[in-house]
Amino acid sequence: MFDSFQAFLDMGGHGLYVWLVYGSAVPLLVLNLMKLRRARRQLLRELKATQAVLDDATHAT
Amino acid sequence: MRLKEFWHRLGSPRWFYQMSGPWQLGFTVAAGVLLLVGIIWGVAFAPPDYQQGNSFRIMYVHVPTAILAQSVYMVLGAAGVLLLVWRMKLADMVLQTMVPFGLAMTALALFTGAVWGRPTWGTWWVFDGRTTSTLVMLFLYFGLYALRQAIPRPEAAGRACALLAIVGTINIPIIKYSVEWWTTLHQGATFKLTEAPAMPIEMWAPLLVNVIGIYCLFGANLIANLRNEILRREQATKWVRELVARPLT
Repeated sequence: MFDSFQAFLDMGGHGLYVWLVYGSAVPLLVLNLMKLRRARRQLLRELKATQAVLDDATHAT
Repeated sequence: MRLKEFWHRLGSPRWFYQMSGPWQLGFTVAAGVLLLVGIIWGVAFAPPDYQQGNSFRIMYVHVPTAILAQSVYMVLGAAGVLLLVWRMKLADMVLQTMVPFGLAMTALALFTGAVWGRPTWGTWWVFDGRTTSTLVMLFLYFGLYALRQAIPRPEAAGRACALLAIVGTINIPIIKYSVEWWTTLHQGATFKLTEAPAMPIEMWAPLLVNVIGIYCLFGANLIANLRNEILRREQATKWVRELVARPLT
C-alpha cells in the first residue's frame, strides 16, 4: 500500500514508466470492449441497407 | 453431446452463431470485471518488488499481453491446419478476423517491455533472443495482414495465410525458450506449470487475475468477430435475412 496519493503517483521515482504503460494499455482495453458492441450494430445497419436496396430491385422488376 | 457431433457442428457457421450469443456476453463481462480488479489491485495494492521497487507493476500489463500475443498466434496456426486439412469455414474466419487483435497484443507487449526495460535494464531496447523473436512475431502478424490484402480471391488468400500462420508457429517455442537458450537481460518465466511462482501470493495473485481476464477478452473478441463475419458471409441466406429484418437491439 502507498502512504499517500502523491507517493502513488510518484511510484518511487518510476511514475513516468508505470503510468506510460497503464495510460496506454487501459484506454486500449476499454476501446476494444467498446468496439465489440459498435462493430455489431454497424454491421447490422449495413446489412439492413444492402437488403433494402436488393428488395427494391426485386420489386422493380 | 458426443464429441464427433460437436466437431461436425463446428463446421456449421449458423449453429455457431446461434449458440454463441450467451458465451460472448459472458466472456465480455468476465473480461471487464477481471481486468478492472486485476489492474487496480496490481497498480495500487500489490507490494513493491524488493529489487525493482514500483516499476515491476508494469508486469501486470506486460506479462498478460505477451502471453496472449503468443496464444493468439498459436490459435491462428491451429486455424491454419483446420482450414488446410478440413476446409473448416470457421477456421478461415478466425484467420481472417483475429490478426489485428494479435497484432495489437504483440505491439502492446513490445511497448510495455521497452518502457519496463528503461528503468530496469537501463535501455529501451536490446536485440536479444526474447525481444528479437517477439519482434519477428510482430512482423509475422503484419505479414498475415498484408497477405490477406494482397490476394484478391478469398479462398486463395485464406490458404496462403493458413500456410504462413502454420510456418510461423516455429517462432513460438523460440520465444518461449529464448530466455533459457541465450544469455539475456530478460528475466525468466513468471508462471510455470511445474513450479510455484518465485514471488509471494500478494504479488502474483493480481497477475493471475489479469491473465485470466485477458484470455476472457480474447474469447469475447474471437466470438464477436466470428459472429459478425458469419453474418457478413451468409447475408444472402434466409436465416440472416430474417435476423437482419428484426429491429436493432
